[in-house]
Amino acid sequence: MIGIIRSLGRWGLSTFERLGRGHLFLVQILAGIPGLFLRFSLVIQQLFSVGVLSVLIIAVSGLFVGMVLSLQGYYVLVDFGAEESLGVMVSLSLVRELGPVVSALLFAGRAGSALTAEVGLMKSTEQLSGMEMMAVDPMRRVIAPRFLAGFISMPLLAAMFSAVGIIGAFLVGHGLLGVDDGAFWSQMQAKTDWYDDILNGVIKSIVFGFVVTWIALYEGYDALPTSEGVGRATTRTVVHSAFAILGLDFVLTALMFGEG
Amino acid sequence: MPLIKIRDLHFSRGDRVIFEGVNIDIHRGKITAIMGPSGTGKTTLLRLIGGQLHPDKGTIEVDGQNVHQLSHSGLYALRKRMGMLFQSGALLTDLTVFENVAFPLREHTDLPESMIRDLVLMKLQAVGLRCARDLMPNELSGGMARRVALARAVTLDPMMIMYDEPFTGQDPISMGTLVNLIHRMNDAMGLTSIVVSHDVDEATEIADYVYLLSGGKVVSEGSPVDLKRSSSQWVKQFMQGLPDGPVPFHYPGVDFKEDMLNPEVSP
Ligand SMILES: Nc1ncnc2c1ncn2[C@@H]1O[C@H](COP(=O)(O)OP(=O)(O)OP(=O)(O)O)[C@@H](O)[C@H]1O
Ligand SMILES: [Mg+2]
Repeated sequence: MIGIIRSLGRWGLSTFERLGRGHLFLVQILAGIPGLFLRFSLVIQQLFSVGVLSVLIIAVSGLFVGMVLSLQGYYVLVDFGAEESLGVMVSLSLVRELGPVVSALLFAGRAGSALTAEVGLMKSTEQLSGMEMMAVDPMRRVIAPRFLAGFISMPLLAAMFSAVGIIGAFLVGHGLLGVDDGAFWSQMQAKTDWYDDILNGVIKSIVFGFVVTWIALYEGYDALPTSEGVGRATTRTVVHSAFAILGLDFVLTALMFGEG
Repeated sequence: MPLIKIRDLHFSRGDRVIFEGVNIDIHRGKITAIMGPSGTGKTTLLRLIGGQLHPDKGTIEVDGQNVHQLSHSGLYALRKRMGMLFQSGALLTDLTVFENVAFPLREHTDLPESMIRDLVLMKLQAVGLRCARDLMPNELSGGMARRVALARAVTLDPMMIMYDEPFTGQDPISMGTLVNLIHRMNDAMGLTSIVVSHDVDEATEIADYVYLLSGGKVVSEGSPVDLKRSSSQWVKQFMQGLPDGPVPFHYPGVDFKEDMLNPEVSP
């Protein structure tokens, strides 16, 4: 019994310690960001590996999610004779929810895990200490550019996910199921609100990008410098990011759409 | 005044005491060798000097500045004047050999590309790897990687260099070249060098002064000649590599016989 309480206490302490270190880490990252504007090429390199290399998986997944949404939506709507509203249904689901959430989950799996593994390996092969001894702060040289790149990429990827999804939905809805294209687009345009829907979706994806990149970099930086440690840190990145995304999505949705 | 002054240094990792009361002076323009059995904390000592680890007690002064009381920017300014050769090389794996050596120049100076090229090729020539400049670190052997790291450690022309095991993994030819190179750089550039090594012969050949560390203490110090003539059992054993003597070969712990006879004591 005492043993259980003791290990519970130890777990609690180490969790809070990690949380504390994670926040200090964030403060250090943010302190490193202003300097990046003088050396933006560092960020551009990372934008490529974090953002551009994620485009394919985001676009393909977006396409299929849009197509499936369209199929499922059609079968429900057609019973009420409301298949003309397919466009609105798809665009609202994508822009408000699925775009930010699914693309963030994919981003955590594709880019987040890669960031953790990369930083963890740099740590375990002493590249980070090597930089420190060359008077180059790894926080500024390695971590901050990756953070900024993740932060910038995520909303763009989410927007791309939604856009490709809508195209997929249109292809299935109009091409396969024969929904009128005029109605599809005009209803979508009329009912999708710039502020309520699009902006809120963008805010979500900005928050997710921030959190996922932060988790990924922290896990890498804090990983035990062994192969097993890096492997575990990579898993943790994906799992913690998924929890964070889904939990925050609920909170943000309640805040944004709750009173409406 | 010595360049590095270590006084009453105490440091432990968890329960394991690494240093208890170490005093070391590193004199300017000299090559000082730090020797000791594996696991005594030679690498740890270099990290303490570089400010990557903090002592539990005691002070380390480099060029009159207490390393562990410097601000972040003060410490980084000091590190620009320190070169360090890591035991593992610590090359940046996503950059070529050339870019690795150019890295400190690109980070800390605004030199034009042509000058960076000249400087880098000069340093690579000195370690015999000028024509390996387009290789990636994973295409190098361990010994080559260490020579690249050496070239990189001196690109900023620091006031001092700490070499962590520069000779391990080198064939006799590059070993001779390295010994020569360390010597020449020290004399020509007026560097101060700290060489951590197990290679008694090489280390005593180039060093002006030697510290022998063991069990968290400085067991002996002096010029190589003094140490070779020392009458202490410990020094004799270490310098001649005898298996029997006061230096323990084993990591401290339970007695071997006891360990074998009592499997339930420790798994
Ligand atoms: N990250 C660490 N965490 C815990 N203990 C460590 C760590 N790094 C080193 N140690 C311990 O500190 C002691 C000194 O290690 P260090 O690497 O300084 O030895 P060394 O003298 O450089 O040995 P070698 O000659 O084999 O390189 C060792 O006993 C090691 O077990
Ligand atoms: Mg060592």
